[in-house]
Amino acid sequence: MSLSPVEGVALAEIESGGDAGAEKGFVGRSPGQLAWARLRRDRTAVVSGAMLLFFVVVALAVPLIEMAYGIGPREQFQNRLDGFGMPLGYAGGVTGEHWFGLEPGLGRDIFIRMVHGLRTSLFIAFAAAVITAAIGIVLGTVAGYLGGWVDAVVNWVTDLTLAMPFLIIALALTPTLALRFYGQREAVPPAFQIGVLVAIFALFGWTSTARLVRGQVIALREREFVEAARAAGAGLGHMLFRQLLPNIWAPILVSFSLAVPAYITSEAALSFIGVGLTDETPSFGRMIYRSLDYLQTDPAYVFFPGVTIFALVFAFNLFGDALRDALDPKSSR
Amino acid sequence: MVRFLVKRLFSATLTLFAVSVLTFLMFFALPRDPVSGMCPKNCNPERLERVRQELGLRDPLITQYAGYMKGIVTGRDLGSAQGGRCDAPCLGWSYVSNEAVFDTIARVLPVTLSIVIPAAVLWLLLGVGLGMVSALRRGTWLDRVAIGFSLTGASLQLYFVGAVLLLVFVYSLRLLPVPSYTPLLDDPVRWASGLVLAWVALAFLFSAIYARLSRAQMLETLSEDFVRTARAKGLAKPRVYGRHALRAAITPVVTVAGLDVGAALGGTVITETTFGLNGMGRTAVDAVRAGDLPTIMATVLIAAVFVVLANVLVDLLYAAIDPRVRLR
Amino acid sequence: MTETRADEPLLRVRGLAKHFPVRTGFRSRGLVRAVDGLDFDVRPGESLGLVGESGCGKTTTGRMLVRLLEPTAGTIEFAGRDITHAGRRALRPLRQDLQIIFQDPYASLNPRHTVGRIVAMPLQVNGIDPPGGVKQRVQELLELVGLNPEHYNRYPHEFSGGQRQRVGIARALALRPKLIVADEPVSALDVSIQAQVVNLLRDLQRDLGLAFVFIAHDLAVVRHFCHRVAVMYLGRIVELGDRADIYERPQHPYTRALLSAIPDVTTLGPGGRIRLTGDVPTPLDPPSGCRFRTRCWKARDVCATEEPALVPRDGGRQATACHFPESGPVTAPAPAQRAVAADGDETVDPAATAGPDAQEVAR
Repeated sequence: MSLSPVEGVALAEIESGGDAGAEKGFVGRSPGQLAWARLRRDRTAVVSGAMLLFFVVVALAVPLIEMAYGIGPREQFQNRLDGFGMPLGYAGGVTGEHWFGLEPGLGRDIFIRMVHGLRTSLFIAFAAAVITAAIGIVLGTVAGYLGGWVDAVVNWVTDLTLAMPFLIIALALTPTLALRFYGQREAVPPAFQIGVLVAIFALFGWTSTARLVRGQVIALREREFVEAARAAGAGLGHMLFRQLLPNIWAPILVSFSLAVPAYITSEAALSFIGVGLTDETPSFGRMIYRSLDYLQTDPAYVFFPGVTIFALVFAFNLFGDALRDALDPKSSR
Repeated sequence: MVRFLVKRLFSATLTLFAVSVLTFLMFFALPRDPVSGMCPKNCNPERLERVRQELGLRDPLITQYAGYMKGIVTGRDLGSAQGGRCDAPCLGWSYVSNEAVFDTIARVLPVTLSIVIPAAVLWLLLGVGLGMVSALRRGTWLDRVAIGFSLTGASLQLYFVGAVLLLVFVYSLRLLPVPSYTPLLDDPVRWASGLVLAWVALAFLFSAIYARLSRAQMLETLSEDFVRTARAKGLAKPRVYGRHALRAAITPVVTVAGLDVGAALGGTVITETTFGLNGMGRTAVDAVRAGDLPTIMATVLIAAVFVVLANVLVDLLYAAIDPRVRLR
Repeated sequence: MTETRADEPLLRVRGLAKHFPVRTGFRSRGLVRAVDGLDFDVRPGESLGLVGESGCGKTTTGRMLVRLLEPTAGTIEFAGRDITHAGRRALRPLRQDLQIIFQDPYASLNPRHTVGRIVAMPLQVNGIDPPGGVKQRVQELLELVGLNPEHYNRYPHEFSGGQRQRVGIARALALRPKLIVADEPVSALDVSIQAQVVNLLRDLQRDLGLAFVFIAHDLAVVRHFCHRVAVMYLGRIVELGDRADIYERPQHPYTRALLSAIPDVTTLGPGGRIRLTGDVPTPLDPPSGCRFRTRCWKARDVCATEEPALVPRDGGRQATACHFPESGPVTAPAPAQRAVAADGDETVDPAATAGPDAQEVAR
C-alpha cells in the first residue's frame, strides 16, 4: 500500500467523474490513498503525528543537539548540588544552562540525558516492533494460508510463547547471556545490551501479530481473487506477498503503531526491575526508575522524564487509533 | 464437549511439558556455571563443589531433567543437605532461603492471588462497564471522558502510577498504611487496606485497555444485522443490548481477560516491586538475582500452569457462550 | 458417451468425482458426494452449459476443471493430456489455455490492485512479456471487454458490478485461453446487466473461438449462449444434449421442471408450471437408485433400486439418465401427467403433501 499523498488528493474529482470519456492521465485512488486523505482530515491524527515526528527528529538529531547544547550525557556538575546531593535552585536546578535541571546525586544534566534516552528507547522500540512484525507476518501468513499441520504447529508455538512468563525470563536471560558472551569481568558494551533487549522483545512479541495476520489471511484465503491468482498459476510467493499481504497492511500497520509504545513501556519496565541497560546508556526506563527514589525530595526529576515518556506513548496511542479509523472507516473508534 | 475438553487438556499438557524443557535448558544448560551465581563471593570452592554434587549438576542434563520431573510427579529423596524426603509435588530445595521451594511458593502465592483476583474483578467491571457505556452513549461527553481515561491509562506506567499513589495516599495524606500483606482470614480490614493501592493501580491501567477493547467490540456488534433485527423486531433496548449485543461483544474480552489474569497470577512483578509486596513476582525476581535455580524453575513453571489453565478455561467459556465452537 | 465426431475434444472428463469428508473432531462422519461421477466432453470453440440447483455440485465441478480443487476420482484430460493430478509446474503451460471467471465480481478482484495490475496478473505470474509491452496488452484487453482502456490505473471499488465482471473476463482472457470456465458469471449482476455480459461472452466466443463451460443455476441464462447443455442433479448429470434437444424435447423430468420454471418461456403450454416439492436430498446420504426419485412424479419401484445410466435415446445425441424419459416438448405434456393436476398448476408431488408452501425450484 502506498501512502503517497501525491496522486491521491490532487485527483479527488475523479470520484465524481464517473465513466465520462477518455480523459488522459486517469489515476484511481487506491484504498491506501483514500486512507491517507482521511488521516489528513483527522485533527487528532495530525496533532499526534506531528508530535511523533518531533520526537523522531529529536532522536535523529541527538549529536547536533548535543553540540548546540554543549553538555554531554555523562558530564557531572557536582558543584551545583548541595551537601545532600540535591540540585541547588528551584525545580530541580532548572537554569538557562540546564534546561530540565540536574540529577540528584550524580549531578548530570537531565535534558541531554533525556534526549539520549529518547533515542535509545525509540531505537529499541522501533527495532523490536519491526522484527516482531516481520516474524509475525511470515508465520501468520504461512500458517493461515497453508493451514493443516503448519497452522497447528505455529499455533502451538504461539501458545507456548504466551505461556512463558516474559518478565521473569527476560530478567533471567539478560545477565545469563551477558555472562555467556563477556564473562564475569569484562564490561558489556551497550550495543550488546540493546541487542539482547531487542532480541528478547522479538522472541516474545511476535505472537499478537502472528495471530492477527493468521486470522486475516484465513478470512481472505477463500476469496475469489486469491483463487483467480491460483488459477493463473501463481506460486506461493506471489499469493502471499502480492495478493494477500496488500490486503492486510491496514491492521498490521495499526498493530505496529501500537506495538512501538508498548515496547517503550516494556523497556522501562525491564529497567525498573533491573534488567536491560546499565546506567551508562541513557534510556527512559532507566531514568524513571532512578527518579522514583526522589519522588518526595526532588519531584522535578520525576516530572520531566515521566511527562515526556507519557507524552510519547500517548502520542503513539492516539496516532494508532487515528490510523485505525483512517484505514478502516467502518470501525468507529 | 467431553471430546473437546480432552483434546484441549492434551494440548495444554504438551505445552506445559515444552515450557518445562525450555526453562530447564535456559537455566541449567545455557549458563557456564549455574551454581556460581547461587553462591555469594565469600563462598569457598569446596562448598560450591558440594552444592554442585547435591544438585546433581554433574549428571547429564537428561538425568537432571528426569529427576526434576519425577520429583514433581512422585516426589523424591534429595539427601540430608536438602531436607531429605521431598513429597510430591516436589519442586526442589532452595539453598538461598534454606527451605523446600514448595514451602516458599505456598507462602507467597496467596499474596499474588490476593492482589490479582480483587484487582481483576475491579478492572473487568470498570473497564467493560466504561466501554459499554461509552459505546451506547457514543459521541457524548461521557464517551469522550471514557476515551480520554482509557488512552491516559494505556499510556501510563504502573510503577509511575504506583509511586504517585504511594506518595499521595500513604506518605502525604497518611490515609492508608504502607502496603503489606495480611492473610484475609486473619484480618479482612488490614488485608484490604494493605492491598487496596495495588488493586487501584492495576485496575486503573488494565481497565483502560478493557474499556478500549469492549467499546470497539460493542460498537461493531451494535452495527451488525442481528442487533438491528432485534431492535426492528421491537425488542426493548435494554433487552437487545443486554442479551444480544453484550453476549457477542464480550467474547473477545473474555479471551484477553483470560490471558491477562493467567499471566498476572504467575506473578505481578512490577506491582509487587512497586508496592513492596512479597508475592510470586518478587520471589521470582529475587530468585533470579540470587541465582536460585530451583526457585526460578518453580516460579516459571507455575506461571506457565496459570496461563495454560486460563487458556483452557477461556476455551471452555467460549464453548459455553458460543455454541459454534463446540463443533470444531 | 457417444461422441462420434472426428475432431478431438478439447476437454474430456471421465468419472469425475469430488467427495468432501465431514469431520467432527478427529472422527470422520461420512462423505459429502458433491460431485459423483461426471462424463462429458467439450470440443474446441464449443460452449457447454452446466445447469442445476445450488448444491448440485456444478461449482465444485468448475473448480476441479481449473484445478482449484483436487478431484477425488476420475480423470480430466485437456488437449489430450491428463491433468487430473498435475502439479503446479506441470500445469503451467496448460494454465494459459484454461481459465476461470468467477461468480462474485466484488470478491474476485483484489481491492488493493489497480485494474491494470489485476488484468496483467496472469501475464506476470507466468513471466509473459507480450509484444508491445504489458500495458498495451492490458489496454487491448480492456477495450476488448468494453471498458475504457484509460481506466487501467483505477481501482475495483471505482467500478460497477457489471464493469467489474468485465475486468474479471479481461483477466481470464489475458493468457489467450482456449477454454474458459465461467462460474455463474452473471448470477450476481442486475438482470439488465446480465444480458450485456452474456452478449459480451458470446461475442468473445465467436471472435476468439473460445470454448466455454458455462455454469448456471437456471436454463434461461444458458439458452442463448450454449451449444450443448448438461443438467446436473445431486452431483450427477441427469441429461445432456444439444441446446435444441434440451429446450424443445427435454426427456428427464427434472429438466422439464427446470424449464417450466423459466418465467418467460413463451412456449409454456396449458400444463403450466411444474412445481417441485420437498428439498434437495442431502448429498451426505443421496437416495438409492435414481437420485431424483424422491421429488419425481413418475417414480416407480425400479427407480429406488436401479440407478439409471446416462444413455442416449431416440438414436440421437441427447442422453438422459431416467427410467421413464419423457418425449416431446414441454408444450404438450403427456395426458397422464396432466391428469395429476387439479388446478391447472401441475402438482408433482409423489407424497401428495403439496401445500401452499411447496418449495419451488430454481427461483
